[in-house]
Amino acid sequence: MTSLASGARPRLRRDRAGGWIAGVCSGLARRLGADPALVRLAFVVATAAGGLGVALYALAWLVVPAGDAPAGERRRPSSARASVQVAVGSGLLLLSALLTFRALGLWFSDAIVWPLVLIAAGGVLIWRQSLGQPDAPEAPTRPRPVPTAPEQAAPATRDPAEAARTAAVAVSRTGVGVALVIAAGFAFLQGTGALSAAKDVLLAVFAAVVVLGVIFAPWIVRLVRSLAAERSERIRSQERAEVAAHLHDSVLQTLAMVQRRADEPREVAALARRQERELRAWLAGRPAPGQAASLGAALEAAAAEVEGRHGVPVETVAVGDAPLDPATEAVVAAAREAMTNAAKFGGGSTVDVFAEVSPERLNVFVRDRGPGFDPTQVPPDRRGVRESIVGRMRRHGGRATITSAPGSGTEVELLLERSGRDGS
Amino acid sequence: MSEPRVLIVDDHQLFRAGVRSELEALLEIAGEASGVAEAVRCIADLDPDVVLLDVHMPDGGGMEVIRRAAAAGGPAPVFLALSVSDDPEDVIAVVRAGARGYVTKNISGPDLADAVRRVHGGDAVFSPRLAGFVLDAFAGPAPQTDSELDGLTPREREVLQHIARGYMYKEIALRLEISPKTVEAHVSSVLRKLQLSSRHELSRWAAERRLID
Repeated sequence: MTSLASGARPRLRRDRAGGWIAGVCSGLARRLGADPALVRLAFVVATAAGGLGVALYALAWLVVPAGDAPAGERRRPSSARASVQVAVGSGLLLLSALLTFRALGLWFSDAIVWPLVLIAAGGVLIWRQSLGQPDAPEAPTRPRPVPTAPEQAAPATRDPAEAARTAAVAVSRTGVGVALVIAAGFAFLQGTGALSAAKDVLLAVFAAVVVLGVIFAPWIVRLVRSLAAERSERIRSQERAEVAAHLHDSVLQTLAMVQRRADEPREVAALARRQERELRAWLAGRPAPGQAASLGAALEAAAAEVEGRHGVPVETVAVGDAPLDPATEAVVAAAREAMTNAAKFGGGSTVDVFAEVSPERLNVFVRDRGPGFDPTQVPPDRRGVRESIVGRMRRHGGRATITSAPGSGTEVELLLERSGRDGS
Repeated sequence: MSEPRVLIVDDHQLFRAGVRSELEALLEIAGEASGVAEAVRCIADLDPDVVLLDVHMPDGGGMEVIRRAAAAGGPAPVFLALSVSDDPEDVIAVVRAGARGYVTKNISGPDLADAVRRVHGGDAVFSPRLAGFVLDAFAGPAPQTDSELDGLTPREREVLQHIARGYMYKEIALRLEISPKTVEAHVSSVLRKLQLSSRHELSRWAAERRLID
């Protein structure tokens, strides 16, 4: 057999890595370019026919040298059509072999061999289906979770048509397998003459099931329904308790403070703003400011801090987001400095912060509508802008541009090129 | 153009009173409505020019008002969404339903009056936050299958970025060296794209935002 080996096909070797026992079937399948399951089936059936399969297997184990397939080479028949052709061909070969054995007298009895063949075929189909495809599509019927943890978005990438096809193949394979095994059972019973007795028993069981079903169906349905209702009610009351606890700790406390300080408008406004921020973060499922893990959250936290300290509203709008690393942290620090300046010198006007993150660059704009200033007139001993904003950005490979003119407000632009980083 | 007549729709009495007292000196208030059904009735009876619409209300909120007013086929006022919500899903949904703009409730009285006049004059009103949402929603490459509605032009992107940075239309015109009318045209075109785009990401984006934020 090995003398037939052409260049294109791998030589006959036992494939220990891909095999079940000693890799004989797997290696043979590789040599033939067939599905290993079919070869295994052939051996099982041959075993049924007088123990021949075991003998052949043992012989091959002794004779054929081991040698594992290189990683990429373990292949499947190229297409579904080819695999069907191989299956039909192998089936016919097996059938003829069995019939030959039968004619020669190497045979147990019809009542044993044929059911065994069917069981083996069906069993292989079912096992292959349940073991071989761990990534078979699952129906995504989970209810939408409360938006706290970041959810994986993996199922969205699967092509729905492809998934449906895979599912259909899986179902039809399993169905054929089950049908084969059941047929084998019937054939065995028929062959041994037990079927007529079993028929009566089956009929009695079936009738009993129907009768009991009719009697208990309404009760079972009611039980299932009430269980579901009770469960959803429990979930709802848990959620309500959680929301109530949160509102009590945050909003009600703040409202109490507001009432007590009603004659200090600035303080009341600051309290209200801070509470608003926290509540919005909570509603959006973001972590509360202070434990920021991303650029957007860190900017939000910096805005809240500046707002709290200077009593000037700071509006933050972010498009895209980026993880925090030394460079983005520097951007946040520079932006915080710019916000502080805007709050201090912006004449109490709203400070607008806009961050835009693309894979190539990171842009942050901090703008106020205050009196503005002439950038050339800043005395050299004022280090805030020079060091904390411009210098800091330059040290991290970015730059800061300050645009201002008397009477038209000030805008600080922070720019950090991100090419070369992995954008996320 | 005469001052626009405004209908205030909000389910919070306190908030309606606040808006009324701020706008009364600047615009003509046609009336107030506290719910979806009342709003639809008021639109038919009072024929306001501009409806200030709360996004969140029982029985369907602002979107339902727009839908039922259109279905009734009576007077067709302009809708301006006015909401505390900064949930992108709500914002994008009400703008896609037909609102001519979206402003947040912490807007000052004169700015709000200005926005009302602007939508009354046929322009679109984008707050910095809405501009940010739109930039976010239209980020990434447009699907090849679809028309120019599914992407922003570089100029439109530039205009939106300036709005998000807190610039007024007049300032944007100065900075980009175009006329204020051209800025308006860009903003209106973005609004049209937002309402008509078949980009399926738009709704999915809004839904996912909550999870990946």
